[in-house]
Amino acid sequence: MDAQLEAILTDLEQKFGASQSEFRGQAKLLVAPQHILAAAKALRDQHGFEMLAALSAVDYWPERKPRFHAVYEFKSLAKNLRLEVRVPLDGDDPELESITSVYPNADWHERELWDMFGLRIQNHPDLRRILMPADWTGHPLRKDYPLGYEEVQFSFNFEEIEARKPRPKE
Amino acid sequence: MSSLEQIEITTEELRHLVSPRAIEGDTILLNMGPQHPSTHGVLRLLLELDGEIVVSCIPDIGYLHTGIEKSIESKSYEKSEVMTDRLDYLNTMGNNLAYCLAVEKLVDLDVPERAQAVRVIFAELQRIASHMVWLGTHMLDLGAMSVFFYTFTQRERILDLMEMAGGQRMMTTYFRPGGLWRDVPDGWVEGVRELIDDLPRHFKEFEALISKNPIFLDRTKDIGILSAEDGLAWGVTGSSLRGSGVDYDIRKAEPYSGYERYEFDVPLATEGDVYARYWVRMKELYESVRIVRQALDKLPSGPFRSNNRKFVPPPRAELGESMEAVIHHFKLWTEGFPAPKNSVYLPVESPRGELGVLLEGDGGPKPYRCYWRTPSFVNLQVLPMLSKGHYVADLVAIIGSIDIVLGDTDR
Repeated sequence: MDAQLEAILTDLEQKFGASQSEFRGQAKLLVAPQHILAAAKALRDQHGFEMLAALSAVDYWPERKPRFHAVYEFKSLAKNLRLEVRVPLDGDDPELESITSVYPNADWHERELWDMFGLRIQNHPDLRRILMPADWTGHPLRKDYPLGYEEVQFSFNFEEIEARKPRPKE
Repeated sequence: MSSLEQIEITTEELRHLVSPRAIEGDTILLNMGPQHPSTHGVLRLLLELDGEIVVSCIPDIGYLHTGIEKSIESKSYEKSEVMTDRLDYLNTMGNNLAYCLAVEKLVDLDVPERAQAVRVIFAELQRIASHMVWLGTHMLDLGAMSVFFYTFTQRERILDLMEMAGGQRMMTTYFRPGGLWRDVPDGWVEGVRELIDDLPRHFKEFEALISKNPIFLDRTKDIGILSAEDGLAWGVTGSSLRGSGVDYDIRKAEPYSGYERYEFDVPLATEGDVYARYWVRMKELYESVRIVRQALDKLPSGPFRSNNRKFVPPPRAELGESMEAVIHHFKLWTEGFPAPKNSVYLPVESPRGELGVLLEGDGGPKPYRCYWRTPSFVNLQVLPMLSKGHYVADLVAIIGSIDIVLGDTDR
């Protein structure tokens, strides 16, 4: 691993009690949810990670502790480094602090987290659904959300399936 | 017209997004899209207008949401790839490339040199094809009809080469984990060479048509200025960021698929306006041609796909002779190959910016999670900031200049 990245990881480990791991040469850092805003600030202001490259989540259902991982991909252009920060979140209805005050582009990413995973983002300026329609129920990328499909219609059950097909509301 | 009740979204949800003047009826709220020719697909914008000036702009996306990330979780690694073409339909090969590289990194699979070089050639041809669509539609938005026909003629020639190799014009799925679906056919190398010898002449023609056109200059200079700081803070990548003077190209910063072997420059402009972004993309066309030429000259012979039979199915001819081959064929096409319980994030430079794939395995044959960090999604976020204070007509120019593809945005 890069020596510069090593120093950054050690610093964050000491400050936030984070734990690091590595896979295929990519560094990962596990940070507790209460520290994410401070960690993001430290990454941007002290360690030169100018950009939040990506933000998403993974659902580990039926696991409960943690059920989710919020995954942040930080990028430093000046040092040419990448760092993945993972935030474990317990329970079915977890809360996560917004980092829009540090990285403004987290805005839509966090709306997507709410829309797709149902993570309640705290202190977000505009938390609405982003990809699904506003009146949608459920969070599609959760593992306990079923994958939809289209029923095959044959001549004997054509009418029956036609009648229960979902249609847009008037 | 300005009363909020006439807009279909709930009023309370929007109140904080528009200025107080909209509530008083001082400014007009206007719906633009999702069926609007200049929004490049199904982008919906809610505009707050003071006369013709944009006071605030609220993008509403999701009209092309296809749930591909969810569907990928239910298919094996190799079968999922077919869906990746459909994300950014102007960068199909680039999506395949990002996905294959992520799978290869996750399972630690090697790719032969020849496959890497062909991948680079196709990725660059795809970049040219994508820029051709961008240029044509961007000019169409600005009222220059004929450019569209010229650029689409050139794009067609690239699609023919893709059809030649992959059998499809757009949704090729030609790259596969471990290499290519099949080797490039006879006559393909000559076809590419003929094309790249001819293309720069056409690029010069486009530049002669557009670059100094006074109407074009009026419409693009000092419009939608993105500063380098804002660009970085908002995570803008690709040509849109390089138009603001930030030297960031993943092909240079974190080379993949052998990009470190080719010599090319990264065009930069400092103004950050619509014209700067146009200029950068035009210069990139020549660089892509340069890369393709080098890759063609050095095109190595040898296998086009890894022969690691745990991940790559054996060729058909082997099946009649080898029992091993039959077993591998059966295992790979019924179950697929397993990947370790861990994740990789793999960024590549798509024509629009950083295209990243976060791929997580769970030890089984299906991806546990496949997240697509799409450049259009992130770049579109700056639209409200760029369009503030400009005319509606300029808004159209700004949308064109950040080069979004809605399939890429909505996934």
